[in-house]
Amino acid sequence: MHNLTGILDNKGCPLEKQKFTWKEMAGRPISKLDDDAFTRVRVILMNGVEVDALRLKHIGARFHRDLRLPLAQIRRVEHQQATAVNWLLSADHSPLETTIAYEQVAIEVTAAVAQSEPDPYQAQTYRFGLLEDFDHLYRYSAMLDRLEGKDANNILQGYTDIVPGRPTSQHHRAPEDDLRDSYDKNQAQLITKIHAAMITAAEYQTHDYYMNIGPTFADPVARQLYAEIAAVEEQHVTQYGSLMDPDESFIEKWLVHEAMEVYSYASCAEQEENPRIKELWERFMDYELGQLNVACEWFKKVERRDPAEILGGDLPKMMAFKSQRDFVRKVLEEEVDLRADGAKYVPKEEESAASLAYREQLHSQGIPSDVVSAGYRWAPGTELTRKQS
Amino acid sequence: MPEAAKLGHNYTGAQMSPDDTQQMMDAVEKYPPTIPGDSTRLAKERETMTNASEGVGTVPVPGSAKGKLKSTFDKMLGKQPELLVDKLGERLAFERTGVRLYDAVIAKLEVSDSAGKKMIPELKHIREEEAEHMFLLKDAIETLGADPTAMTPCADVVGVMAVGPMQVVTDPRTNASQALNALLTLELTDNAAWETLIELTDKAGHPNIAKSFRKAVEQEEEHLQTIKRLLNNELASHM
Repeated sequence: MHNLTGILDNKGCPLEKQKFTWKEMAGRPISKLDDDAFTRVRVILMNGVEVDALRLKHIGARFHRDLRLPLAQIRRVEHQQATAVNWLLSADHSPLETTIAYEQVAIEVTAAVAQSEPDPYQAQTYRFGLLEDFDHLYRYSAMLDRLEGKDANNILQGYTDIVPGRPTSQHHRAPEDDLRDSYDKNQAQLITKIHAAMITAAEYQTHDYYMNIGPTFADPVARQLYAEIAAVEEQHVTQYGSLMDPDESFIEKWLVHEAMEVYSYASCAEQEENPRIKELWERFMDYELGQLNVACEWFKKVERRDPAEILGGDLPKMMAFKSQRDFVRKVLEEEVDLRADGAKYVPKEEESAASLAYREQLHSQGIPSDVVSAGYRWAPGTELTRKQS
Repeated sequence: MPEAAKLGHNYTGAQMSPDDTQQMMDAVEKYPPTIPGDSTRLAKERETMTNASEGVGTVPVPGSAKGKLKSTFDKMLGKQPELLVDKLGERLAFERTGVRLYDAVIAKLEVSDSAGKKMIPELKHIREEEAEHMFLLKDAIETLGADPTAMTPCADVVGVMAVGPMQVVTDPRTNASQALNALLTLELTDNAAWETLIELTDKAGHPNIAKSFRKAVEQEEEHLQTIKRLLNNELASHM
């Protein structure tokens, strides 16, 4: 493993040496039962990051003729990385169990980011979104219990609480109330840019996952619940995406994304307990350094600027993959009643009229997240055990 | 192939982290549900949606003129040939999937210990009989003038049911007894379903088809007993 004192200190594995076989991509999965929940958290997060890397580069290629080939070359590897990572999820996860894991990622990673984010407004935004994903976990846990008769804590492994947050029914806002103020590309620290790119990627993946698996459910309430929460995840993509400065050039965003990928894999490698998976994170960190290097070369060539302007300085402290229970409880106590009015966070009573009107129409034929969770109180071994006692 | 149950670091249970569990329980007390009621609201919504539902699809109209005439004739007699075609289509789909599931279990046992390998001839025998049943059903459906390549509603639903066993037997991580358990689920269903099918065929006025199914029922009974015995032996060998 590289000694990462600064992102630019390492050239990593050259792009042309980044190769896979099908068996490497579709290899042995992790164990749902015997691996630590944070191994799965890292798997889900990094798939989200890789898929977003593809997304960003596809969009970039639509605007830059000269970059089409280098972007295609990097995407080839990133796709294979995404496959190797996502195929680590084992087949005994039901889609609803994977959903529980996705929400655990959203809660624990966003909570970690919120605490290390130096920009107060950006940190506030992460705390705001955190309480919504926290509530999604509660509603989905009720669904898992009442549909499959399973305990969500088999997935969460005691790291994450299963109680209501800001109620999901209150998350549906008018588009103008989902947009946030962006960081200033010339003022923001690198870690602020990395955080925004990472959390946007994670939320995008969650949205896409719910959109894909929602219709595979037979249960009508599960179908409605996925429709409802997928809509919120789309709002979250809008919210977190708007934290990024729209005045950054595409290549600048590409650089930040590659730096985010290096940082994320480095954080994974540092804390992974499963040796086989740790090896994968290290290998991919090395790949990402190689990819970052290509991005830097194009940045110099096209923009005639020094990448150090964007990436200079030490690599920020690694992101913590651990239970953030105390922090989440504190945020829940203090901020559950916050709402949005444009880009501002306001008390419940001051929520924008546009959001209230939007919500009233959406809810006029019932609210799925209310239906599924009526009276739901988590208990070890499902709520059925509570009823017997 | 993975062995039978062994002790290890399973992280899923509440007892693995009693302090965390207590904290989670404390949170449940502190933050009560935001919506009153219980799971009956979910049940009520299911009732509403079931009332508004139109079913998964239809039984196709028989393709041949002969079939059409017969269908019309039977309908006049109130014998519901579409019900019979639907159920025959179900069994055909089930047997076809069954062949593939036995293929998967046999592949799994090829890399097992000698006790596992010894099961293979019996499983291959069952696999061949499931394939025979498939052809038996195909012929019966054609006799009625219906299309054995169509997926009838019951065939579709039985395919959904088979997803669980298929996931179990094809997962490289499952062991012999877990795979046999999945086969037992299938054989129990298959056994009872053939009996129902004979009764239905008889009632629909097709005694010859019903007669042709009797051998299959006997074979299915043998399959069930064989799988039960193999599963019991497999578990006993690890006790």
